[in-house]
Formats: sequence, structure tokens, C-alpha cells
Amino acid sequence: MSAAAKVETGRQPVLEMRHISKTFGAIRALQDVSLSVHAGELHALMGENGAGKSTLMKVLSGAYRPDAGGEILIEGMPAATGDPIKARASGVAVIYQELSLAPNLTVAQNIFLGNEPRRFGIVDRDQCTRRAREIIARLGVSFSARDMVSSLSLGERQLVEIARALSTNARIIVMDEPTTSLTSRETDRLFEVIATLKSQGIAIIYISHRMEEVYQLADRVSVLRDSGYVGTIERAELSASRLVSMMVGRDLSAFYKKDHRPPDAKRAVALSVRGMSDGRLLKNCSFDLHKGEVLALAGLVGSGRTELARLIFGADRRTSGTLELDGKPVTIGSPREALDAGIAYLTEDRKELGLFLDMSISDNISMGVLARDSLAGGLRDFAAAERRASKAVADLSIRTSSVQANAGSLSGGNQQKVLLARLLETEPRVVILDEPTRGVDVGAKSEIYRLIDNLAKQGIAILMISSELPEVIGVADRVLVMRDGTISGEVTASEGVPLSQEKIMELATGAAQQ
Amino acid sequence: MTDKATEISAGGQATGTSRRLRTAIAALGMLPVLILLAAGFQFMNPRFLTETNLLIVTQQSSINIVLAAGMTFVILTGGIDLSVGAILAASAMVAVMVSLVPDWGLLGVPAAILVGLAFGLINGLLIAYIKLPPFIVTLGSLTAVRGVARLLGQDTTVFNSDLPFDFIGNGSLFGIPWLVIIALSVVVLSWLVLKRTVLGTWIYAVGGNAEAARLTGIKVPLVLLFVYGVSGMLAGLGGAMSAARLYAANGLQLGQSYELDAIAAVILGGTSFVGGVGSIWGTLIGGLIIAVLSNGLILAGVSDIWQYIIKGLVIIVAVALDRYRLQAGART
Repeated sequence: MSAAAKVETGRQPVLEMRHISKTFGAIRALQDVSLSVHAGELHALMGENGAGKSTLMKVLSGAYRPDAGGEILIEGMPAATGDPIKARASGVAVIYQELSLAPNLTVAQNIFLGNEPRRFGIVDRDQCTRRAREIIARLGVSFSARDMVSSLSLGERQLVEIARALSTNARIIVMDEPTTSLTSRETDRLFEVIATLKSQGIAIIYISHRMEEVYQLADRVSVLRDSGYVGTIERAELSASRLVSMMVGRDLSAFYKKDHRPPDAKRAVALSVRGMSDGRLLKNCSFDLHKGEVLALAGLVGSGRTELARLIFGADRRTSGTLELDGKPVTIGSPREALDAGIAYLTEDRKELGLFLDMSISDNISMGVLARDSLAGGLRDFAAAERRASKAVADLSIRTSSVQANAGSLSGGNQQKVLLARLLETEPRVVILDEPTRGVDVGAKSEIYRLIDNLAKQGIAILMISSELPEVIGVADRVLVMRDGTISGEVTASEGVPLSQEKIMELATGAAQQ
Repeated sequence: MTDKATEISAGGQATGTSRRLRTAIAALGMLPVLILLAAGFQFMNPRFLTETNLLIVTQQSSINIVLAAGMTFVILTGGIDLSVGAILAASAMVAVMVSLVPDWGLLGVPAAILVGLAFGLINGLLIAYIKLPPFIVTLGSLTAVRGVARLLGQDTTVFNSDLPFDFIGNGSLFGIPWLVIIALSVVVLSWLVLKRTVLGTWIYAVGGNAEAARLTGIKVPLVLLFVYGVSGMLAGLGGAMSAARLYAANGLQLGQSYELDAIAAVILGGTSFVGGVGSIWGTLIGGLIIAVLSNGLILAGVSDIWQYIIKGLVIIVAVALDRYRLQAGART
């Protein structure tokens, strides 16, 4: 509270972003957003995926130039926009989720990478090490300037990133989901460092989805929704219900669609998984998936959900385990065999593992069934591909000017629909969806939910991996929870009682056993 | 909506003119460069654009274009084949040696092609199934196959002044040299495979995103085996063409650094070195640019040494252009 009081003393904010808008073509990513941040303040920035947080921070860091009319003031002085180098020089530093360190260099070398202190044009290693030590001392951390970055944990690497920001005299540090991959001890360590930074007058813009972190750290919270600014609340007025209503701003019950009849015990088993292990993370996973059922696979990041899905799909090698499809044993050793058996998989990483960005939407959609469509002599049937693509574009309302456009030109939600279309072309009986709505906008999300519901109505069995609990509860009939490579429990809805978010979290974190 | 995807349309509207210009450059490829070069050499020496000289240029480029066609398949998957020069030498040795067998001499041509195919498949097996890096595998076979080529003739030159298939190297059909007809046929067939068959689409898919291709059910190892097989087979055909032209083959000297000219032609043709993007027509133009450069520089009286330097610089400039073009279609 003292920090909150301090920022109210009427001093000039260290950062003011005024009337920032940003459009990409026809799409408005930010609309008249203003934000002011004081020295020594931790200002949390919240909002759903796609609300515009990252875009706003990219405007701040100079990666994007705001549309005309927007301005950025640093300590009251107008700052250059759209220039990352000038932004850094004016004291803005961003700690990225994907760390940008060179693991083969020392901590000191990384801190001064690209900004090495020189003497007579040669890197002054002594000065480099000495200044790195000073900065590390300021943070009060346990590693030394001479340690190799490869020997540090993820949490420590993040602290090196912060040290690098300090080396350029940053006054505003942006942290984007900094605790996502940290252990709880590392998280505590980071929070201590954050307190130190604040006491040194550094302003921190903190992007997080985790309410408890925001409660613990924030002096003020600003919320973005659908590319616009919703409001800012002081620490004293912070409450969960207020934050959620600001972030969501709409009735969630209509958002998810669950029209299909949840299967009862008599419904036939479509896929039966027994004793799946991969010799690394997964240990002896077994479950049944019924026809027409939406079964969610919940759990924390790293609990083995994707690994289990890939094992079932034959993308990775298993050390033990059997599969039965419609009561008959099947052997699946490759994705090809899985697809032939009627199991389809939607990857969680559509850019790296899903799409062919340089190829047409039509080719992307038909890629799994090219051989089935082919003419004599292995020639392509382009008309068939065009038909499939046009139908998919209409059915899934993929927004594109032409099915011959490159998949890379589509927005995230439309790219996801292209992948879903490809998956459906293989006419699967079992569909595994790995984070089907990750990084897609709200409109596409509800369309994807409707699609899942329709598939279930047709009797297709659906296994959906999701990290968003509201989505799990809104879409699934039943939830399996994974923890540390095993299935730690199952949550079912009983008559009139919906799936319990608390129960899922308990199983995911292991709290249920304590 | 993700920022990355929308970025393109943003760039497109903000800088419409320069983007349109870049798209035009990307579509035309290196054809303007070829035309400019030809015009320049004609200006320097009017003998350049004569029928006789153009026939010489196309003939000289034909073997390289055949090799480069195979290389296009390989580079489209994101790989590389350094062994084509050595395979050409070994195949040429086999072609001449088989041609010396009485009554069966014509079999020299299929023998050369099969030898090339066999070496290519060995490369492909090591890359596709043992999963070794293409650069290392074909660097190894570059040396090993060169040794095989020398071994075949006990490190001597083999001759056949009465070569039964010499028409390939020195004959013409309706005034067009057979070498040129073969090269163009290879280009057209390659185009057919790459752009009109399922396999061709798989090749682009593997080069664009190998892991996505696997998860889509494409048998990636089979695709890789195919492209290295094609590259080896076309190197074998190049060996037969070379033998037919020279009536002789030498395991040590023949085909030295041909792989570099083939790679240069592919890259000049705008095929992306990381795979997934490119066309066989680009390769044809790339091969012609290299031939025009060599021929034009000779006609212009440029010394052998300077020819090397200029050709090298042209390749680098071409790669720089490639980068520029890639940025035009870039997804940040």
C-alpha cells in the first residue's frame, strides 16, 4: 500500500503512453490506449490472449510504430516511436519470454552482448567483468559474472536478462509472463529482485495471467480488452471479481457451446489407451474415450499432456502401452498409421509443427489426402483440392481472399481453422486437439467450440488438451488431469453439478494428496 | 489474430509501391538478369548473339542444367548434394567402359544412369533412414565416389573413338543438339514431377516444414530417398552426356567442382537454400546465366582468372537478391 500511496504524490510519471492505436491492414490491434507508469511502481497489465497487451508492449519497445496521433512520453519528454534502438537508449527494456541469451558465453559477456565496454577498440574484459559484478550485486543473486549461462537454471537466466537491462540503465522494465517456466523457489527469487528494482526507482510493467501474482506484486493494474483500454485499478480496490469482469466483459455462458448429449456409461468406447509409457516422462497412462464424447486432458505445462497425445498418434516412440480402436487392438508406429486407423491430431504449435506457411491454403488443407485424391500416374487432382478447400473455407468461415493465398498470410485464428480443416479431411473417428484455441481471437474461439460440439454430435470421439480451465469446463463432458507424467485423476460432472475448477487444480498441482 | 500474420498486410499497405515492385521482381526471377547480361555481352562483342554462339552456350550449359535439375529437388527439401560431380565422373567411366563391349555398347547410357541412381540412393538411405546431415553424407561421397571413379579405370583415361552413342554429345535433331534436347526434357519432366504430382507437393512440404509433413502423414524418409535418387540418377545421365561429348572419361579430372556450378544455378534460380520455395524454371535460367557469363567473358577477352572472380561475385550478388526477395514474402 505504501508504494501505491507513493505514486499518488503527483510526481510526473516516468512513462506515459497516450492515445496509442495500431492497425494492421484492416485489423485494429490497439484502439486509443493510454497508460501511465510511475517510477518505482509495478504496474500489472492484464487481459485475455489477443487483448492487445503484447502489441502495446511492442509499441513501447519500438518494434511497432503507433498510428498517427499516439505518443509516448518518457519523463515528460516525447520519445521516438518505432525505433527499438532509440527506445532502449531512452530507458525501456523488455524481458522476453523466449530468452535471448547466448548459452555458450559467460554471464558477463551476455550482460554486455552488443554493448561491450571497449578500450582502444578492444573489448575490455576486466571492465566487463567488474561492471557485471556490480550489477549482479545490485540484484543480490547467487551466480557469478564468470559463470557460463549454459550452467544456469531458467530462472537464473531470466535474472541475467534483467541484469542486461540494468546495464543499459533501463528505467522501465517490461516483464512478459516472467514466471511461466519458473519453479516456485525461482519465482520467489524473482519477486525479491523485483522488490529491489522497485526500491531503486525502476518502473516495472508486468504482464501476467496469474491473479495471485498480480495480488502479491501490483501497485496498480490496467486491463485491456478487445484491443481497447478498459481501466486501471489501484491496489486498494483490487478484487478478483472486479478484474475478471473487466477482462471478460461479456456473458461467458453463451460463449461455450455444449449441445451434444454427454455420453452415458452405455456409449461405446472409441479409443482405449492402456499402460502408455515413453521411458522419460510418461508412466503407465491408461484411459477410455467414448464415441461422441469431449474428454479434456488438463494439467500444468510440463505434466505430459502433449507427450501423451503424441504417443497415441505415433509421433514419438513408446516403450510400452497398447491401443484399441472400437474394441480392436491396433498398432500405431507413425502418424501415417494413426491417420490410416482414423486418429487425427491437431498440434499445439501450428507454425512450427502444423502449417506449410509458403504453400497455398488449398494445399495445406489437402495435404493429408493428396494420395487419396490423386489421378493416374500420381498426378495431382487440383480440382479436388480446390473443392475441398472451398468447402472448408465456407464451412469453417475461414477469412481469406482466395484458397490459393499462402497459409502464412492468414491470421492466427484462420490458420488454426485451416489445420482443423486438414484434420477433418482425413475423416477421423478419434480427434486429438492440442490447445485448439491457443493464440486465436475471441470470434474464432467460439467458432472452434461450435465445431468441437458438432463433431461430438456426429459421434466422433474428441480428446482436447487445454490449459484454460474455463474452456475445459465450458466444452468438456469429462476431465482427465495429468501430473508428472501420470494421470492423477478424473473429474466428472454429476446431475446438475458442473465440473469443478477447484478439483481440477487440486489434481493438477497435487494438492489433493496433501 | 496474431501480430505476425497481420504484419504482412500492414507492410503491404504502408509501402504499397515498393512491395509491388518486390513482388514483380520475385515473379520474374532472374530472367531480367539473363537478358541484361546477354545484351551487355552483345554490346561488347557482336559475335555473342549469333546462332552458332547461342548453340555453343546452350550446349555448354546442358550438362550443368541436368545436374542442377537434380540439385533443385534436393535443395527444395532443404538438403544439399555435393557428390554430383564425382558421381558424374564415375558414371562417365562406366559409360565408356560399357561402350567398349562389342555389340552391347549402347548399354553404356543406361549403365551410367543406373550407376548414378545407385550412388544417389546410397546417399538417400544414409540421410533419410540413418538421419545423417546431407552436407556430411554427400561430402563423404564426393570423396569416396571420386575414388571409385579413379579405381574404375585404374586411374587412367578410357577412350572409345567409335562410341556407339556419340550422337548424344555431338549430334543434332532438326538442328538442335541432342544435349540441349535432353536438358530441356529433364527440365520439363522435373517441372511435371514438382508441380503436377502428389510427390512434388510432398517435396515442397518436406522442405517447407519437415516435422509438419511427418505429422500430416507424409513419409518423409521416402521423399528424401527419392530426391537424392533423382539427383544421383541425373548426375549419371550427365556422365553419359559428358562421355558422349568427349569420347573419353577420366576419373580424376572429369566433373571437378561441377557440384558448385549446379548449386549456383539453383540458387541463382531463386530456390531457397532452406527449402520449400523455388522452381525448376528458375534453375534453367540460373544455369543459362552461368553459361552466358562463361561464354561472354571469353568472347570479351577476359582472362581465365578474372572469370573465376566475376562468376563468384555474381553468385554472391544473386544470394543477396534472394534474401531481398525472401523479405518480400517474409513472415517476420
